[in-house]
Parts: sequence; C-alpha cells; structure tokens
Amino acid sequence: MSTTARTISLTIKVWRQKHADDAGHFESYDIPRVDVNASFLEMLDVLNEDLTLKGKDPIAFDHDCREGICGMCGAVVNGQPHGPQRRTTMCQLHMRQFSDGDVITIEPYRARALPVVKDLVVDRGAFDRVIQAGGYVSVKTGQAPDANAILIPKRAADLAMDAAQCIGCAACVAACPNASAMLFVSAKVSHLSLLPQGQPERTDRVKTMVAQMDKEGFGNCSNEYQCEAACPKGISVANIARMNRDYMSSTVCAS
Amino acid sequence: MSILDSGVPSGPISEKWTKHRFDMKLVNPANRRKHTVIVVGTGLAGASAAASLGEMGYRVLAFCFQDSGRRAHSIAAQGGINAAKNYANDGDSVYRLFYDTVKGGDYRAREANVHRLSEVSVNIIDQCVAQGVPFAREYGGLLDNRSFGGAQVARTFYAKGQTGQQLLLGAYSAMMKEVAKGNVTLFTRREMMELVVIDGKARGIVVRHLTTGAIESFSADAVVLATGGYGNVFYLSTNAKGCNVTATWRAHRKGAFFANPCYTQIHPTCIPVHGDYQSKLTLMSESLRNDGRVWVPKAKGDTRSPMAIPESDRDYYLETKYASFGNLVPRDIASRNAKLVCDEGRGVHGELAVYLDFADAINRLGKATIESRYGNLFDMYERITGEDPYSTPMKIYPAIHYTMGGLWVDYNLQSTIPGLHVIGEANFSDHGANRLGASALMQGLADGYFILPYTLGHYLATAKLDPVTNRHPEFERSETNVKDGIQRLLAIQGKRTVDSFHRELGLLVWDKCGMSRNGSGLREALDKIPAIREEFWSNVMVTGSGEGLNQTLEKAGRVADFLEFGELMVKDALEREESCGGHFREESQTEEGEALRNDAEYCHVSAWQYTGDLAKPILHQEPLTFHDVPLSQRSYK
Repeated sequence: MSTTARTISLTIKVWRQKHADDAGHFESYDIPRVDVNASFLEMLDVLNEDLTLKGKDPIAFDHDCREGICGMCGAVVNGQPHGPQRRTTMCQLHMRQFSDGDVITIEPYRARALPVVKDLVVDRGAFDRVIQAGGYVSVKTGQAPDANAILIPKRAADLAMDAAQCIGCAACVAACPNASAMLFVSAKVSHLSLLPQGQPERTDRVKTMVAQMDKEGFGNCSNEYQCEAACPKGISVANIARMNRDYMSSTVCAS
Repeated sequence: MSILDSGVPSGPISEKWTKHRFDMKLVNPANRRKHTVIVVGTGLAGASAAASLGEMGYRVLAFCFQDSGRRAHSIAAQGGINAAKNYANDGDSVYRLFYDTVKGGDYRAREANVHRLSEVSVNIIDQCVAQGVPFAREYGGLLDNRSFGGAQVARTFYAKGQTGQQLLLGAYSAMMKEVAKGNVTLFTRREMMELVVIDGKARGIVVRHLTTGAIESFSADAVVLATGGYGNVFYLSTNAKGCNVTATWRAHRKGAFFANPCYTQIHPTCIPVHGDYQSKLTLMSESLRNDGRVWVPKAKGDTRSPMAIPESDRDYYLETKYASFGNLVPRDIASRNAKLVCDEGRGVHGELAVYLDFADAINRLGKATIESRYGNLFDMYERITGEDPYSTPMKIYPAIHYTMGGLWVDYNLQSTIPGLHVIGEANFSDHGANRLGASALMQGLADGYFILPYTLGHYLATAKLDPVTNRHPEFERSETNVKDGIQRLLAIQGKRTVDSFHRELGLLVWDKCGMSRNGSGLREALDKIPAIREEFWSNVMVTGSGEGLNQTLEKAGRVADFLEFGELMVKDALEREESCGGHFREESQTEEGEALRNDAEYCHVSAWQYTGDLAKPILHQEPLTFHDVPLSQRSYK
C-alpha cells in the first residue's frame, strides 16, 4: 500500500488482572516505532510478541474477526469504550488516530454484570441470557410461508435493520454511568417489534427480556446517551424509547 | 487405492432428494429425546443444525470457542445469499442455480449434492424471513435482489453489507430459543481437542474449557462438526483470527478422510497487504463488482494519481477479456487476472494492487445510491486505509477467503467415521474447485436447517448404538493425550513465538500453494514444512500454564495442527496435475492462460487417509460423473 510508513512512540498503561479473583493493577509499557497504519490490536500483538520473548505473560484480550462485526473485541481506551474514533470497534481503530509520545490507558469494561476473566477479557454471558429470555421469533424450521407472502414496508425493514445491526460488544454498558444494557436489549426488542413477524410475541418478549436484564444486575437508563455515542454501529437511543413504549403497553395489555 | 461410495440415490437428478427423504428411516418423536447429539461450532451451519435438531426433540450439546454463539465467522459474510426464487423474473430456476454452481465449481462437485442445495435454497429464504431477518426490500414491501459473480440472473438476497451477520443472528436466536426450552445446552469458550471413536463410531468429544483450563469429556450418539474452513493455514487471510483446522484435523487423525485440501478460494477484492505486523486481511464484498470497475494503467510504471490517468490509458482488463460477464466473472478468474496484471508490473504504483473504481456508478446513480448500497463497506475501507473511496478508487488485491476442501462426506453428510457428520465449510461437498459468491451462506444453512436434520435421523434410526458414558476408557485415553500434548507445548520454552512460526508457514504456502502453483514449488514446500514443524516442536515459546485462560497456548495448539495439515494441502496440490477452479497448476493452462482441466485423469474427489506418518497418507478416490451438466471448458467470455 502506498500510504507512507510513519511511526510513533507510545507508552501504554494496561490493566493486568491474573484471574477473576485477583485485585488487578495497571502496568506501563513503552512501545517504540509503532507503524501508524497498524490497527490497535496489531499494536497489542507486537507488544505481546515482545512480552512472550521476554518470558512474560502476554496481555489477554478478546478478538476474532478483526473487521468490526463479530463483537468480540472491546476495552476502554483512554476512557472511551473502543477508543476515540466514533462508530469504530477497537479492532478497526488504527494507530493514525494517535500521536507520537501519547500515553494510552487501556482497561476492561467495568460493570457488575460483566465480570473480568483476565486482563481485558470480560464475561458477557449475561447478553446471551437476555437473548435467551425472548430475543427471537418462535418459528421452527420448516414452518415458514413463502418469503414474499409477508409484505414489509421498506421504511420498517430499514429501521429494523438499523436496530438489528447491534454486534453485542457491550460497549454501551461500559459507557453508561449506570452500567445499563438498555441499548443492547432495546435494539433486539425494536428489531422484532418493527416487523410483522415479531408481533405475536411482542408483549411477552419485552417483559421477559427486561426482567432478565434486571436480574443480571444491569443498571437503569437515565438518558445519558453515552451508549449511543460509544456504539460502534451507531445504534440509536430511539430504540430505548421504543422499548419503553412497548414495556409500558405490556403492563396494561393482557398477554 | 479404494473407491469411495458417495451413496447418491438412483433416479433423475430432480427426484433424488425427494426419493431419498422417503427412503430414509425416521426416529419416532417420542424417542428423539433419548438421543444426544454433539454439534461443534455455532456458525450458520452449526447454529441452524443445533436449532433444528433441538426443535425436533433431540438432546443437543452445542460447543463454540468464542464467548458467545453469535460470534462465529459466518457473521462477517457481507454480500448475500443465493436462492432460486426467480423473484426478479429473469429466467432463474432451481436447475439454473444447479447448473451455475456445477459450472462455477469447474466440474469438481458432486452433481446430486448441488442439485439438492439448489432445491432447498428457496426454503432457506422463507425460513430466515420468518425469523425476522431484515433483508433489503423494495418500496412495495417485497424482497430485493442483486446479482453476483458467475451468474447472469439477480438471485442474491441481502441485508445491507451485513447479510452474514443477519443470517447468523437469525440462526443464533433460533438456537437460543431452544436453549431456553432446555433442548440445546450451549457450551461457550470450549475448544474441541479430540474426537472420541468407540467401536468404530463417533461417540463424543474432549474439549478444553478455555477460561478454566479444565479438560472435559462429553459422550453422545452422534457428533456433528460445523467448524469452518482452514484458510488460516496461510496466516494472512480474511478469516477471523480464531478460525482453525483443529477440530477437522483431529477428526482426520481419528479416521475421517480429508477431501480436496488443495481447493482454496482466493477472493479478488480484499484490501492489499501493507506491513509485516499485519494480522489479517479484510475483504471488500464481491457485490462491489456490481457497480465498481476494475482497472490498471495500460503502461508499466505509470505512477500518476488515478484521477490523472485518462480513459485511453486505462485497461479495464476484465471487461475487455470477458465481454459477457465483465467485472462479474467468478472469483478464481478475477483473482488470477489481478495477479497477471500485477506480475506484468502494471499494478498500482508497481505494487500488488489494482483499482476498483466507482466514479462511473456515482455519476450514473448518484452518491446517495452508492452509499445506500455499500455505505458500511466504504466506511470500513476508509477506516483501514485512511483514503476516501467516494473520491478516489479503492485499491484491492486477492486474498485467501474460503476453502472448498474439507472432510469427505457422503450424500448423507456423513464422514468416513460412522456417526461423524460434517456440515458447512468444514465439509468438501458442494462447491467443487471454486465457490460462487453468496453460496457459502446458502450451503451452511441448507446443511443445518434442511439436510442434516433428516440424514442424522436416518443414522440414529439405523445404527446399533451401545450405551456409552464419558467415563469409558477411550475418553480417559483421549483426555490423557490432550493433557500430554498441552504439557509438551508448555515444556519447550524455546526462543520463537507461535505467531512467528505461523507467519513462516503462511508465507511459504501462499508463495508455493497460493493463487498459482507448480510442481517444483510444491515439492520445495513439501521439503520445508516438516523442517518448520520440527523447529516448532523444539523452539516455540509458550508462556504461562495449562490452567486458566492462556491465549498463547490456544494459538500454539492450532498452529501445531496447521503445520501438519499444510503438508497434506501441498501434497494434494502436487498430486492433482491439472488446473481447476481455485487450483491453478501452471503446467496445465490453455493458450489463453485459462485453467485447463484434465478430465481423463482427475475427474474425481481426492480423499486422504491419515496413516500416522504425515509423509505417507493414503489417497482414495471418488469418481465424479456428470449426467446433467455435461463436462465442458468453462467460458465466461
């Protein structure tokens, strides 16, 4: 690639925690000559190679697709989940966003419902359990009518798609002062509420998903909008309003 | 050399699957809950299979190495999924999708499997829509379609540039619905380390719990592998970092034959390599070729900026060479031609890159339309490269993307080990030597929703299965093997990192067994791989212990398997002295430089048996016959 190779020198301050019960602490590492075209995770790879060769334990972090869609990566970089670039996962964040001499602080998502497993790795099992509580249409394989038998106005389909884009990374929880998962839960509730396929279970779905969300220990929404700002997919807080409306009507409608 | 029996039913091609479904034995609904089925992998194939089997009443145990069933790399598929719905009224049919897929696979797929795939393609779209997958729609509320490489009809359904994500979330939510009902138990952060075979049948697996380090055994009546492809043998690929060959390779070592490992797909439109720290390559969807035009400067050494190069000095080489398909030729052809022009020194600034230019489409349709079609892809390109593709052409180059080879399966998707079924990219079955765009999603979901649930039932109804628990001596033996292997890796304490070995292997196989291959290069690779492997086992550095989360240890185990698998892949490429699809042997080409098949000697599936000696696997063949799509030289001109 013809982009000129420019390098910067950095100090990174990373949260090190051996296991869930360890107290944890920050450690600092100087990294000279980081290519600005490298991704943030590639910067960590280079540091980990160096640590390994010195016989030290490399920094554990979750990642998989490295193209911003699997939702596996994520940590708090300089106070912001996924780092400073808007609508960008940590794996898609590139070092050209930083300057020579920067000190970068990296710590795991912090929320009671997302316990730390090791270093930057957290347990997001709570999200799976919320989906399990009702984030689906109860249709079995083989029961479907012809796809074009269900007419869906383009606007509804597009809005549903906007909500369905959530990658389940939990950045919204990390960004929220209350560690609320409302953006994540409402994205799924909205996606299905906006479509005709989601109507039969609409009332029960919002109740059971919200109940599970509360049970997991996520906080409540106090309209900070930090979740939307941190969301790498730009999921809108309008989904939370939609969910609240559904939730309210579920309390007055017979299920 | 033995001949493998595919078990393809008799009768006309369009009636085989219907007939077979009637001929297969069923398991009574009341008896299904007595059967335990293990599904490894929760991508499109695994999640859809786990969901469907759970709905039918089987007791399903599903495993994935990620932290959630929603992460598997199917999620990254961008462009779309094919189905022979003919909603576009442009002449599509089940038969045409079948024909296109057999031809696109360069006549190295099994006809009966491909026809079945085309038949069930229409049910997949119905199923996904019913689940709430938000496919793109037209203003009248009906589904929209677009066209893809290797086809002259618009049969691809899509959800922006995130079709794989939406289909996977559909399958994942269907699976979680069954988890909620107690029919499926999901085990996350578990890596399959061994297949357990008892009395010749697959009866369970041994896994490592990746966060505690515990070695755990699970017994079952059947095991399904849905563990994806082996593209990461090349180190740099468009696969997720965690994608690996371990599950299929360990099954191979227990007796499952590995078919056509040399069939690897190079995707033509990826962001070019830019530095030696690079950890993966990023794909730009093939759907971009609907509106983007591929070109390079006509003259070598033309270093002008792309906007300063006039039309008369540009070579739109795909449009001139392949008039009827143009920029939408199949992937193998688009990739090879990019390599050709770059080898001539006409790549962008002399580097390994060609332009994918949207200027005409933006002028014709407006920026807003292009943004609505590909907005997320353009954004991703800009984030990675720092360049704006709306104002300057994208730079692209081919990269490893998908592997058509995989464990050999019969028509019932069963491997050579009874009770071990293999679905999705992990098997070899439907794409021949080259996969058409938007067909991977189709195959994964076809296998999981509509094929395996029938064929697995037939196995369970007919196999004589003795009760087995996970305390059977064979499980204990397997656990000991796994623990010994881990201790061996930790004890080396050498001077090189796991990634350095992976990179060395990857560069070697990309160079000798990548887009273009020849006898002497392949022989050279066969000499070098065992040496890399030997050094790995004496000089790799794996820090930490086997207890708790140890990502270096995870990687080391996977790379150890790639180092064994890579040798088989190269051996297969050397043995197949013909060009077909993604396997291009330089010794076998037409005067125009196109792939030249040798149907007299190689019209077969090559299936390799593990012998314990990596240098001496045994080759078995399954002859391929073409009754309905007569063998011919592929032409897209």
